[in-house]
Amino acid sequence: MATMAMDNNIIRVALTGNPNTGKSTIFNEITGARQKIGNWPGVTVDKKEGHVTFEGKHIQVIDLPGTYSVNARSPEEKIVIDYLQEAQLDLVVDVIDSSNLERNLFLTVQLLEKGIPLMLDLNMQDEAKRRGIKIDVKKLEKKLGYPVLLTVARDGKSIKNLLNVFTSVSMESYGPSEDLQAHIAKIQEIENSGLTGMDLQEAIIKQRYAFIDEILADVAEFSSVGSTLTEKLDSVLANGVLALPLFLAILYAVFQITFEWIGQPIADALEEVITGDFTEWVAGALEGAEVADWMQALILDGIIGGVGSVIIFVPLIFMLFFCLSFLDGTGYMARVAFIMDPIMRRAGLSGKSVMPLMMGFGCGVPSIMGARALDNEKDRILSILAAPFLTCGAKLPIMALFAAMFFPDNAANVVFAMYIVGVVMAIVSTKLLTAAKYKDETATFLLELPPYRMPDMKTVLLETWDKGKGYLVKAGTIIFVGCVLIWFLGAFNMDGMVEEQSESFLASIGAVVGALFTFHGFGNWEAGAAVISGILAKESVVSTIGVLYGLPDISAEAEDAVETAEALSATGMAAAFTSLSALAFMVFSQIYTPCVTALGTIKKETNSWKMMFFAAGYMFALAWVVSLIVYQGGKLLGFE
Amino acid sequence: MTLKECKTGMSVRVENIGDSLLKERLMTMGLIPGTTVKVLRSAPLGDPMAIGIRSYNLAMRREDADKIEVTQVG
Repeated sequence: MATMAMDNNIIRVALTGNPNTGKSTIFNEITGARQKIGNWPGVTVDKKEGHVTFEGKHIQVIDLPGTYSVNARSPEEKIVIDYLQEAQLDLVVDVIDSSNLERNLFLTVQLLEKGIPLMLDLNMQDEAKRRGIKIDVKKLEKKLGYPVLLTVARDGKSIKNLLNVFTSVSMESYGPSEDLQAHIAKIQEIENSGLTGMDLQEAIIKQRYAFIDEILADVAEFSSVGSTLTEKLDSVLANGVLALPLFLAILYAVFQITFEWIGQPIADALEEVITGDFTEWVAGALEGAEVADWMQALILDGIIGGVGSVIIFVPLIFMLFFCLSFLDGTGYMARVAFIMDPIMRRAGLSGKSVMPLMMGFGCGVPSIMGARALDNEKDRILSILAAPFLTCGAKLPIMALFAAMFFPDNAANVVFAMYIVGVVMAIVSTKLLTAAKYKDETATFLLELPPYRMPDMKTVLLETWDKGKGYLVKAGTIIFVGCVLIWFLGAFNMDGMVEEQSESFLASIGAVVGALFTFHGFGNWEAGAAVISGILAKESVVSTIGVLYGLPDISAEAEDAVETAEALSATGMAAAFTSLSALAFMVFSQIYTPCVTALGTIKKETNSWKMMFFAAGYMFALAWVVSLIVYQGGKLLGFE
Repeated sequence: MTLKECKTGMSVRVENIGDSLLKERLMTMGLIPGTTVKVLRSAPLGDPMAIGIRSYNLAMRREDADKIEVTQVG
């Protein structure tokens, strides 16, 4: 049972309740930017804490994960019940969607049975009114014995009311009513009746709903209203043939906003500032301070280059998460999972991973981060490990260059085929991992379709900020180290700093790595070095090839692939690959180890170095095998 | 009949929920013997299906719906 806090100066409040009740909106409205989001120990569930000072009193608020019950079957449910039973709290607020009382009261009743005193916050009063639901607050308080408050999540008056209650209410003056005591006695009777297992659970759950029905018959009035906005929208967005093209249109819009209209232009502008003015300014300052050459190179190429490559992803990530948070806030994401589930299930994934995975065609990083929205460990890991196979924006130039150079008559078809290779590999890999690791876990799919709502902008912005910041801080450190390391390999050899990259450690290692591809038709050190630099960033594969074949100034943009291919045709590269070995190289590039940015994100999202190294090694091995099959199979069929 | 066999628009009463991994979650979310359920729609590709129970909407796969016995009430 929650006991009184020792420190009289701080009021400790916990928010609990079902998902989709506006609980997080209340939390965000109360605490605003004065919140910190961490992790509950040992699990990837967000722990949200915030504070506010109201009328001279300091209030600490914790937003517990939204759950339908506290049977402790999921990590979230276990967190909620453990916290409520162990933490020293002054007040536990149960946030309830008033338009959906029956199911929401299930958690309420279950918590009251466990002796946790609650203040009931009947939220979303506006929606309940629209749906013809009227609740008698006084009667409800009497029926349960605990205080009840009405709120409309977003308006200032509701928030002020809540803060007033936080600072004035004393839960000690409340206790279970006679009706509630009678219900608890019945539950105890059932527990002692000799029933076991699922039969016992069924009897208990039935008794809870019987009690809820009894409460509602007493305190609520339901009058019928015409069909709601949600029903009208669902008859288009989640029904019939139109739902799928509408989903594609919305997806396309998110993609355009992120990678064309808003995100990418900001990223490009940032890149220009970092690689241009800022680098020049730092170079000038270092020169002026007479810093050693190697140190200058480390700062300019290694650190600014490396950190710069992290920073230019930030606008994309912020934009993408803004769009996804917004859509999630409207309730549309649940419909996406609903309409796409049969397709995704065939691939071994859940309908809920559609949105995050689609982002993988732009960039793997937000795609991996998007897997957070999935509701179990298996789906999250499978979605995270599927994302890197897709053709991201940085792999496209590799495909475009090789296609233009070795398949000039069929370039577009070959590039398209590589997209298909990516999708097929994502599916094949998911099937492999399912068979290897999750064989015994039956996928379940039970999804609430919440009413459509206008998202709370404060909540959308705070979510976006949290995810963007997390990427910058945590993934950034790993990426930074990776960039410095690869820079060092490319700039030094045993004798010190080198003039040409072809004399560096990178080239020596390239020769070793190249030897791995002897039977793939591209066992040369240049290809080996390109493969290594691709682990830094897929963007650097093309530029590394340019450097190694003596054309350091070639464009790495996909649009310029034809010109680049013409220039490179005059170099040793034309002889280094045949059409078939070029194809094998493209297939390899499509599948192998993602860039350090993506690897850093995998580490952050799975909270596991093991998972990150597994992904890096596993994808390299898979690429090696598939690319070998392409080359040797092609040779057997008589291709060159 | 089972919930899987119900046509869009039908109202049915739940009679029995067969054992499955979902059983406890389904009951927790308000789907217990005696509850009235309205079949709202199927997803465009036929699966999953959406039902209305206790003033909210829930989506479930047809193979899970097949384990829920119901009788028609409207």
